[in-house]
Amino acid sequence: MKRKLGLIINPIAGMGGRVGLKGTDGPEALKRAIELGAQPWAEDRTREALRKLSHLRDEIELVTYPGSMGENAAISCGFSPIVIGELRGERTTAEDTKRAAREMRDLDVDLLLFAGGDGTARDICDAIGQDLVVLGIPAGVKVYSAVFAINPLYAGELAALYLKGRVSEIIEAEVLDIDEEAFRKGKLSIKLYGYLRIPVKREYISGAKSPTPISEKYNQEEIAIDIIEQMSDEYYYIIGPGTTTKTIMKKLNLDYNPLGVDIIHNRKLIGKDLNEKQILEIINNKKAKIIVTPIGGQGYVFGRGNQQISPTIIRYVGRTNIIIVATRRKLNSLHGRPLLVDTGDEELDEQLKGYYKIITGYHERIVYRISR
Amino acid sequence: MKGGKIKIRDFHEAKWDEPIIFELSRKGERGILVPEVEKEIEEAVGDGISVLPEHMIRKEYPALPEIAQVRVLRHFLRLSQETLGATINIDIGQGTCTMKYNPIINEILAKSPEVTEIHPLQDEDTVQGALEIIYKLDLFLREISGFSKFTFQPGGGSHAIFTIISIIEAYHRLNGEGEKRNEIITTLLSHPSNAAAPAVKGYKVINLYPEEDGRPDIEALKEAVSEHTAGFIVTNPEDTGIFNPRIKEFTDIVHEVGGICAYDQANANGIIGIVRAVDCGFDLGFFNLHKTFSSPHGCGGPAVGAVGVTERLKDFLPVPTVEFDGKKYYLNYDIPHSIGKVREFYGVFPVILRAYAWIRSLGAEGIKEVARVAVLNNNYVMRKILEEVKGASISFPKTRHRLEQVRYSFEKLKKDTGVTSEDVIRRMADFGFHLWTSHHPWIIPEPFTIEPTESYSKDDLDEYLTTLKKVVEEAYRDPEKVKNAPYNCPIHNIDHEPLEDPDKWAITWRAYLKKHKKWE
Ligand SMILES: Cc1ncc(COP(=O)(O)O)c(C=O)c1O
Repeated sequence: MKRKLGLIINPIAGMGGRVGLKGTDGPEALKRAIELGAQPWAEDRTREALRKLSHLRDEIELVTYPGSMGENAAISCGFSPIVIGELRGERTTAEDTKRAAREMRDLDVDLLLFAGGDGTARDICDAIGQDLVVLGIPAGVKVYSAVFAINPLYAGELAALYLKGRVSEIIEAEVLDIDEEAFRKGKLSIKLYGYLRIPVKREYISGAKSPTPISEKYNQEEIAIDIIEQMSDEYYYIIGPGTTTKTIMKKLNLDYNPLGVDIIHNRKLIGKDLNEKQILEIINNKKAKIIVTPIGGQGYVFGRGNQQISPTIIRYVGRTNIIIVATRRKLNSLHGRPLLVDTGDEELDEQLKGYYKIITGYHERIVYRISR
Repeated sequence: MKGGKIKIRDFHEAKWDEPIIFELSRKGERGILVPEVEKEIEEAVGDGISVLPEHMIRKEYPALPEIAQVRVLRHFLRLSQETLGATINIDIGQGTCTMKYNPIINEILAKSPEVTEIHPLQDEDTVQGALEIIYKLDLFLREISGFSKFTFQPGGGSHAIFTIISIIEAYHRLNGEGEKRNEIITTLLSHPSNAAAPAVKGYKVINLYPEEDGRPDIEALKEAVSEHTAGFIVTNPEDTGIFNPRIKEFTDIVHEVGGICAYDQANANGIIGIVRAVDCGFDLGFFNLHKTFSSPHGCGGPAVGAVGVTERLKDFLPVPTVEFDGKKYYLNYDIPHSIGKVREFYGVFPVILRAYAWIRSLGAEGIKEVARVAVLNNNYVMRKILEEVKGASISFPKTRHRLEQVRYSFEKLKKDTGVTSEDVIRRMADFGFHLWTSHHPWIIPEPFTIEPTESYSKDDLDEYLTTLKKVVEEAYRDPEKVKNAPYNCPIHNIDHEPLEDPDKWAITWRAYLKKHKKWE
């Protein structure tokens, strides 16, 4: 049976960028972008990716939405796509993306390739959650989510490998929500919105001296076991969001909120999805440690997706009680750039600078720098 | 080829489609027919088997291939035509492995009956010559490193590292600090065994990450050390070819907290005769005789990781050491805190002999010349690659000063064309060249490492570079061509995926048979 590739383009994604707007979330911003002369470019980006798939034309079935949502791009790259659904208005909306994603889920596509930005990723996340394996072609102004390939070329290549059965590892990657209003004013306010399942190709070459790299999931488990081994009943553990940190909860068989901050003590859940105030109430007069992992591709340890762990809390807990965990893949993906903090409190950011022993595996540490 | 135009080889590797030797096995076929035992002999010595204890007698024959001599020979000769070994190609592309020319005369010496016909259990008096060679190699290596005593027992570099970590552990245990000192510090770009061996011994491993200049930061080391530090083990220069000139400050900091410092000099090619381990503050270290000293490095074959220690760690060495009392060479088992044996006997003797002969033939000045030429060759290649090979760059470009090898990156090539370093590797094989990547922990994108050593001439280097340049030009012109390589090799494209699946990979025939059923 032929493998099915779903394709969804958000045709208006990225239009704000070229005219100096920071995104096109909402009809007002889009209107403004068009007035400023923005041209659609998501389709160009998609074509770049599809070219890397064109050798599979006869081996896969490409399922897509009409016109600018995929049909045009597919045809121009020599595919004969199966076009489903219909467009309901003159301009496409988030609803179209969501409907398309749901219909592709119903068709059980093997991989859903989508072109857009963080907003598009959120729409896909809303529509189908983790039901399908997906991959983002970066075509938005903001592509902070970890579900996008580095560029369209890689997206096409990875998709081809996945469809050929050459990539077997699937990870949960973060979808981020950036407040566009604040972003336009030059402030970055990021929330962790959810997770999508993406394929990852581990880079290695046979014949190398090093053994086959282990999977992300296994790496997260060894980190969790290390943490659990060193847990002491003296401390309350504030567990930040992230799949690496939440593996600790899984290993302890505790309930947790994948996007929120939880607290455990004595290996029991004390509170789930807590806000700053609740955290402070729980740790008041107690000794506490914070366990965090960098969120998204930028390497932020504080201030991105875990704002609940506020400067007051960080100060109370103290620098020596901050435990940073990160998988090797995540740390390596920074290519040596330092980890970052943006707590909103400059003095604290300054104090947090310097080296930390990051837990990267069972009984394994990498000394790595936090900078601002 | 006289410095003129360099030819791109019209190469084609042999293809034999040769099965694995186990598949060639035919029941009852024999390489040697052992004569029947004659009656008189059997009467005198018995059947030779019933003297063995019952539980030691095999119930079944070992599952070895049954195969005639001529087919054995054919098999291995065919395989030898399907490899790109160090003596058949200009093997500078196997960076990190120090592939150099190992003089054949030393091989001949090692194959002489004086070497092959002695037994390690012979009486000392009858092997004085062999013991002398072991002892004198120890003296030579002491001079090169500044250490006080060497053992040749470890059978490879990783084994030497394991020995070193065992010595560090024994030292702290003797001082009552065995429990407390449970951390070993290394650098992320040190050889992976520097981290693996301590992990196997139960240590926590702390890796220092390279800064922008490719070197670890002193401040990072300060964050890493504590009263839990058992030791520090480091490769310097690392596989990037970058030397850390502040190494003495590093060892000082570790010593201040009571840690022991070990030097991985498996590959000493860039600094041999130039830098002494003790002057950098190291307490112990090792050389791979099978890389730097005239034995080939490969396949974990018979090798020697020669471990040297300073005076204060001498009492922890494996037994026996070889000593000289002024008249006679002897084996010394009286080492008070010895970690015991790490391998049988005294070291792989042919490797020891080749190292001894190599050092004797070069002399002190010759050895320095090895390092100088290796570094010169490397810097020539680096310069050519940076100037002439499009899409290639060096890792940590801030540091241009490299010793014996360089880790490069094809990141730009990949961005421009989609062609990866793995694709280039496969295409290079079409021209009879080996290029590989052994690039743990993969923090440099699309890596490749070239280590020219002292063995290759400028013409050799130019031939390699010309071919590399051609492949890269082809990548820009016709990326699919490179991506689908090789075309001239017996095996075309290997699917790596089964290597990640424990249900599928098999490193022994027995495991293969067991798992094979599941595949079908
Ligand atoms: C720096 C370094 N250390 C250790 C080793 C391990 O040596 P072996 O392969 O003999 O175990 C090597 C091998 O290439 C090496 O380059």
